[in-house]
Amino acid sequence: MDSFTNLTGIAAPMPLVNIDTDMIIPKQFLKTIKRSGLGRNLFDEMRYDREGNEIADFVLNRPEAKGCQILVAGRNIGCGSSREHAPWALLDFGIRCVISTSFADIFYNNCFKNGILPVTLPAEAVAHLMKDAEKGANARIMIDLPAQTVTAADGTVFAFDIDPFKKHCLVNGLDDIGLSLEKVSAIDAYEAQARTQRPWL
Amino acid sequence: MTAPRTLYDKIWDDHVAHRSDDGTCLLYIDRHLVHEVTSPQAFEGLRMAGRKVRAPEKTIAVPDHNVPTTTGREARIDNEESRIQVETLDRNARDFGIHYYPVSDIRQGIVHIIGPEQGWTLPGTTIVCGDSHTATHGAFGALAHGIGTSEVEHVLATQTLIQKKSKNMKVEITGTLGPGVTAKDITMAVIGATGTAGGTGHVIEYCGEAIRALSMEGRMTVCNMAIEGGARAGLIAPDEKTFDYLRGRPHAPKGAAWEAALAFWRTLHTDEGAHFDKVVTIRAEDIAPLVTWGTSPEDVLPITATVPDPESFAGGKVEAARRALDYMGLKPGTRLADVAIDAVFIGSCTNGRIEDLRAAAAILRGRRLAPGVRGMVVPGSGLVRHQAEEEGLAQVFIDAGFEWRLAGCSMCLGMNPDQLAPGERCAATSNRNFEGRQGYKGRTHLMSPAMAAAAAITGRLTDVREMMAETV
Ligand code: SF4
Repeated sequence: MDSFTNLTGIAAPMPLVNIDTDMIIPKQFLKTIKRSGLGRNLFDEMRYDREGNEIADFVLNRPEAKGCQILVAGRNIGCGSSREHAPWALLDFGIRCVISTSFADIFYNNCFKNGILPVTLPAEAVAHLMKDAEKGANARIMIDLPAQTVTAADGTVFAFDIDPFKKHCLVNGLDDIGLSLEKVSAIDAYEAQARTQRPWL
Repeated sequence: MTAPRTLYDKIWDDHVAHRSDDGTCLLYIDRHLVHEVTSPQAFEGLRMAGRKVRAPEKTIAVPDHNVPTTTGREARIDNEESRIQVETLDRNARDFGIHYYPVSDIRQGIVHIIGPEQGWTLPGTTIVCGDSHTATHGAFGALAHGIGTSEVEHVLATQTLIQKKSKNMKVEITGTLGPGVTAKDITMAVIGATGTAGGTGHVIEYCGEAIRALSMEGRMTVCNMAIEGGARAGLIAPDEKTFDYLRGRPHAPKGAAWEAALAFWRTLHTDEGAHFDKVVTIRAEDIAPLVTWGTSPEDVLPITATVPDPESFAGGKVEAARRALDYMGLKPGTRLADVAIDAVFIGSCTNGRIEDLRAAAAILRGRRLAPGVRGMVVPGSGLVRHQAEEEGLAQVFIDAGFEWRLAGCSMCLGMNPDQLAPGERCAATSNRNFEGRQGYKGRTHLMSPAMAAAAAITGRLTDVREMMAETV
């Protein structure tokens, strides 16, 4: 997994609330057995018409969103299905950071596993950044994960909270499984004890 | 004396294999359920790292999401990508030596239906699956989390999940449900009251007289949609009904082990005075048969209501409601009971169990689908299908003009050919009414099996209580 430290870039605004993972990547693209190549179909049913032509006024098709690496979204983004194809599609499209007032739990977790930083901020801060996002390339947003800040185009700084362990893994691009396997003796000990306490399992 | 604990606290405490100073834990997983859509990349990851499945005997796989529900599928799946995904699961199950129920097996079905049916789901266990509706298993007093594919790989390799403890939330349903009101209406009423993010960061324990009165099937329906309320999991304390359901199931403990398990399971309840971070109480008497009108499961209203005006909402929801009504092709002020439908889908891990089919068949017996309406029944497992045939329910559906399908997820998410056409409106017993969920531009109204059956007969959304009056 790629590490994440600092990012300066333009953002795409999606003020819609409850953006679900079926919207982010519709089910017809879940038939893949790979993780790559899903960016083309990110927000597919909102982005293309039935013939596959781009819908001009959808935010990611607008010229000002070209090259965006940040998504600013309405509350409760990522609700619904657990499909990790959602962050895979975002990442493949080039999005490295999602900002919202709230995230659905599984999606939030899935972002971290793929080097995407989900940033939770209060409503006023998100509204401020949403305005920046609407300006496209005329407004750059700066994210500093080690310092836990987002800086808006006008220099306003918003601090955000993040779980220290998740931050550590993201900053260092660490593989969870490798880390957990270092604790294999604890898992062995737990299994031995559980076998005597709940032998029916 | 230890402080009083909730059911969630107890199961959590029993499963912490390692705790770091910052509270991040490795939670040991007793049962890992796997399906074809969210697992290929995880097995591939294991292979690339040269890792094994740590506990294959605790890992159970079944193809369900994109299998066709028409006959002949064990010989051939026409859609190439679906076929590759199912074949990949076949191969992974074989290579890694995990339990497997292929499409040719009568025990195949939706992963959340066959877990309990086969006795894999037991009280006090931790269960994960790369699927958000894993919450279903909470009906047995099991802590069941939906996880992403990276986490699937993590569990395969380590048999643990990296977790921090969630908060405790209590949802109490007091009193007694009225006639025609079901478990589905309870779970939809809760989401209607708390919103799709109301449970975020919490594990919900459902309790109260109306929950106790539910069958195991009904309890599974309630817990199934905990995720639709944003919760990390849903739980119901086990009781005699739970034990009766499990006794004799293939993978439930037997003999002395059963007795030992039973003694332990009886300790699995929230202690008097235990702390909940959030409490919601709903009176069962206040719940009417519900339907959704929009494109989020929180968009619920009693069938007797009218389509709401988007302006009546607050904040970001105004725009979302406008968009939803536009998508659904509905106008504010229209009586929900006047909304005509094109299709009826009875099935899914929410309502694809035997009791659900009985409830729908009870309304349909001796009646027929309204002209022009297409009806589909997809049992949740091969065994449910078989039992429904034995009980004569299949014939009721067939006589009413429904298609009687093989088990799978089917039109719940439309990954297989079972899909709505653009603009088609469906009365569905599933759990998600998202845009495009049941097919591109398809329109979904969620409701109980009895309500879906009532809609099938009249060809419009219908208050099942009127039909019940007619039957008496
Ligand atoms: S029936 Fe629907 S909700 Fe349940 S597991 Fe299958 S696709 Fe998911």
